[in-house]
Amino acid sequence: MSNTPKYLKETPSQTAGPYVHIGLAPGAAGFDIYREELGHDIAGPNAAGERIRVEGLVIDGTGAPVKDVLLEAWQANSAGVYAHPESAGDVEEGFSGWGRVITDFATGEWGFDTVKPGATLGRHGQMQAPHINLWIVARGINVGLNTRLYFDDEDNTADPVLNSIEWEHRRATLVAKRTGDTYRFDIRLQGEDETVFFDI
Amino acid sequence: MKPAEFYQRDRNWHAPALTPAYKTSVARSPRYSLISLENTPSEISGPRFGHNDIDPLDNDLLNNYAKAGESPIGERIIIHGRVLDENARPVPNTLVEIWQANAGGRYRHKKDTYLAPIDPNFGGCGRTMTDAEGYYYFRTVKPGAYPWRNGINDWRPAHVHFSVFGTGFAQRLITQLYFEGDPLIARCPIVQTIPDPAAIDQLTAKLDMNATIPLDTIAYRFDIVLRGRRSTLFENKLEGN
Repeated sequence: MSNTPKYLKETPSQTAGPYVHIGLAPGAAGFDIYREELGHDIAGPNAAGERIRVEGLVIDGTGAPVKDVLLEAWQANSAGVYAHPESAGDVEEGFSGWGRVITDFATGEWGFDTVKPGATLGRHGQMQAPHINLWIVARGINVGLNTRLYFDDEDNTADPVLNSIEWEHRRATLVAKRTGDTYRFDIRLQGEDETVFFDI
Repeated sequence: MKPAEFYQRDRNWHAPALTPAYKTSVARSPRYSLISLENTPSEISGPRFGHNDIDPLDNDLLNNYAKAGESPIGERIIIHGRVLDENARPVPNTLVEIWQANAGGRYRHKKDTYLAPIDPNFGGCGRTMTDAEGYYYFRTVKPGAYPWRNGINDWRPAHVHFSVFGTGFAQRLITQLYFEGDPLIARCPIVQTIPDPAAIDQLTAKLDMNATIPLDTIAYRFDIVLRGRRSTLFENKLEGN
């Protein structure tokens, strides 16, 4: 009788490729097939809190915008609660907390409309500063990249995740800059001011 | 089911970010290391979908874009399997999405200019929810190989792209299914970004004669494994608990 633990191995990731839109945003690929594409509305009509827009570019190691990216967002509502079965009934009707956007084929700009999330509970009872979790896939990216978007008009100094980044100057790559109701968040995949990516 | 942390991802099993033979990865791979982040509620929670979000026929690519009474041209196949976690437990009620080229290797995408023709009866995408046992299936046509601008004579093996959610955002996964016995698998720079042949074998769907429908549709089996959940519960109660 062997005591070797028996676990399955995770299915390996592969790139989403250049035609990810066919599966996950077919309207952008040039055809309508589904009754409704998923991920268009993160907050829904009933969500409390401040309505904001978040937008930016994804920039490659040569400095060029990447124009075939798919981004997904996952966030708490304005009270800091995730739309997870565990907290069913604690988020507004229609608030999914999840969004999916693609970059514009011509410019590489992406953006989504949502509500500003509240602070959420982290580990050891510590509060996390308001943030949006982002997942980025594209041609040339073998395993989806995880990052977090924080807000420049919040007090981020006590956030345990930001403070876990040893290089203090790199923390700024995770902070979106506010103009009016819009936060700008450019993601640099490689090189100068490379965005911090996490192994979550 | 209470949220729990996930097992760490084995980054030596997955492809590294920088895989120069797959040329696009060179300028699109971070140069700094990933920062390891212990799971918080932000990572162990994730979006949920209901059967109302999709239509029952969204998993039938033989019909979901075909004109009435017509069918796409190509080898009619069933792709089926289970979504499990690393503890071999089923992942029920999770969203599985696929996309693929047609039988000639042509994608219905405005950026695809390959000279093989579009099939007027084939869209190339599908989606479904796993059942209570983690089981899913699609009907489709077997996609063709197609050339791509990497090396001057590089051809992708026949493949179907898969997107799977799981219960937490940390389980989010996109991958590709290949077909047993395809001689292009060993030559493909995207497949070969994965260092371990056993991991590549895990992406290779196996012919499943027991699931074929005689005189109708042949079948391939493809099980998907997502990160496992720790048996110990998360140390803190989640907000709203």
